[in-house]
Amino acid sequence: MEKRVQPSGISFIVFFNVFGKLAIDLVNDLGAAAIFFSKAFRMIFRSKQLPEIVQQVYHIGARSSSIVMLVGLFTGMVLGLQLYYTLAKFGSEGMLGSVISLSLIRELGPVLTAIMITARAGSSMAAEIGILRISEQIDALYTMRIDPVRYLVSPRIAASIISFPLLTAFFDLIGILGGYLTGVVLLSASGGVYFARVLSSVDIVDIRGGFIKSLVFAVIVSTICCFQGYFTHMRSDSSGAKSVSLSTTSAVVVSCVMILIADYVVTSFLM
Amino acid sequence: METPLIEFRDVTKRFGGLTVLDRVNLKIYENQITTIMGKSGAGKSVMLKHIIGLLSPDAGTILFSGRPINKMKMGEWDQYRSQISYLFQHNALFDSLTVFDNIALPLRQTTVMSPKEIEKKVMARIEQTELTEAAGKYPTELSGGMQKRVALARALVTDPKIVLFDEPTTGQDPIRKNAILSTTAHYRKKFGFTAVLVSHDIPDVFFISDRIILLWEGGVAFQGPYEESTRLDHPMAEEFLRSLEGFQDELTGLLSKQMFRARYASTLNQGQAEKAVTALLFSVEFDLLTEALGPLAATEVLKALGEYIHTNLGSVGGFSARHSIGQILAILPYTDIHEAKQLVENFGKGLQKEVLSNIQALTKANIGATACFEIYVYAGMTEAHSNDDIDRIIEKARANQEIIATHRCDSKGGEI
Repeated sequence: MEKRVQPSGISFIVFFNVFGKLAIDLVNDLGAAAIFFSKAFRMIFRSKQLPEIVQQVYHIGARSSSIVMLVGLFTGMVLGLQLYYTLAKFGSEGMLGSVISLSLIRELGPVLTAIMITARAGSSMAAEIGILRISEQIDALYTMRIDPVRYLVSPRIAASIISFPLLTAFFDLIGILGGYLTGVVLLSASGGVYFARVLSSVDIVDIRGGFIKSLVFAVIVSTICCFQGYFTHMRSDSSGAKSVSLSTTSAVVVSCVMILIADYVVTSFLM
Repeated sequence: METPLIEFRDVTKRFGGLTVLDRVNLKIYENQITTIMGKSGAGKSVMLKHIIGLLSPDAGTILFSGRPINKMKMGEWDQYRSQISYLFQHNALFDSLTVFDNIALPLRQTTVMSPKEIEKKVMARIEQTELTEAAGKYPTELSGGMQKRVALARALVTDPKIVLFDEPTTGQDPIRKNAILSTTAHYRKKFGFTAVLVSHDIPDVFFISDRIILLWEGGVAFQGPYEESTRLDHPMAEEFLRSLEGFQDELTGLLSKQMFRARYASTLNQGQAEKAVTALLFSVEFDLLTEALGPLAATEVLKALGEYIHTNLGSVGGFSARHSIGQILAILPYTDIHEAKQLVENFGKGLQKEVLSNIQALTKANIGATACFEIYVYAGMTEAHSNDDIDRIIEKARANQEIIATHRCDSKGGEI
């Protein structure tokens, strides 16, 4: 007599098959990315790295500064606009400087800066390394006894660790000035009170928290973007130019999601 | 017995369920050019990647001078790899770096040489590979042939002991194909490295190869000198080698070696040997020409000579084929040795007048070579009989070789 599998039993197995595979893949990728980062980080301190790091600081940091400052300016301006009217309802316009500076330094500065750098420099890291991979240039480096991780990945991670906190500081500063423009110049809040509140409410702990976040985001973004590009050829869903485009998309999406997850985790430790 | 420089012992490599190399055994000897041939997907590039360590075998061992490379310690492995260069099929040049920087990259990153020493060495390689004017350009601004030379210069800049060439002539025209292969042979002599080539360019690659390795269905069907491969009784010989060789030599328009052999055999066996049959061996000093002119112009000279022989000896019923890189063997079935002497004398005068006097202008117009150079064309002849094999008549003809035409020019490029 034939045994019949219960429909509920089949769906139970399918569920565990799908989620089990996803979980195993996730753990595998996380492990691989952690090993990738640790190898690349150790190689930052090898000789002959400085010129490459300086070049990458220019690409990742200097060339992202204008877009980061533009976003910082408008973020501060929109915060000034929204918060002024909200605080005015409670007669607390004087708190405008405190709220803008703290929200920028603690949260918005590190997060938005990291997302902007991901969009501008992270995508190019993934695409550039991906193209080097599919055109055998990474293999060529290996054949020349040049460690591809040392030559391509380490300088990008080092440059990100240098650039992210600096760009975050720029973002915060320009954002506070943006808030001043709308809150004080356009909406007539007191300029003196605005800056007095900024100075009195921002503590070194807030700045340190923002700094730590930007360092964590630098590591996350540079590792994910370089990892996606470096292993472009291992993608099972595509090959060639298509794999580079998918790796670049994955690099940006995964980085942005990881920035937000890491932001919550780091904030919960800092609070 | 000589220890091979590189030896594969029962090497097996699988990709998923596909076995690409199945218990492969082969030997590569020092200071030789070894050419690996086989159908697409036969595992030729996979073999090269095993030698340099980009891939490792699933089973079996690779030995370097008798020492298994998988058992080498870190320093020993690094030392082994420092002796090998790899020329990729698609060059793998860095588009964001200039030609100079591409060639300098391995020196800058892996040596302690000063910038001045690096510049001197890189410029020397750039001059040797005729890239002086391209030094400041990016790879995308260069032709395919020039990019190949940049990749070759980069591969040679570290003075490697072994150079692996993965299909170095892909996408090149016949002149450039021959130029790249003759450059490889020329540099191998000049720099003294061991070359391992993956190539399908028959017959050109046979002229420069000391050993041939034929891959067939995951294994090695043949390994040994080219001449032995012509006697190979294996499906690969029919299905692959002879189909690649074709009927004509792409460069000169002369017969392929295979067709030449067939016509030679039928000429001597159809009673022609009863009548007069004369063999002529024409030679140019190709190495000296390459040294003076560069490989491209030297190949251009060889092409012009081949075409002239094809046209003139064909009109009297003769047939010919390239025997080696600078030698052409011709058979004149209806001509005795006395008639052949007269014919060669007239041929030499015609060659001098119609080809060599224009060769300076031709090389300048075709490839821009303006250097002053000398060419000596030699010819030797002998009677051929029905029991003479080709190697024997070549030997006899070579012993009688004399200069039949020359080209010399003054320092301004004018003919003397």
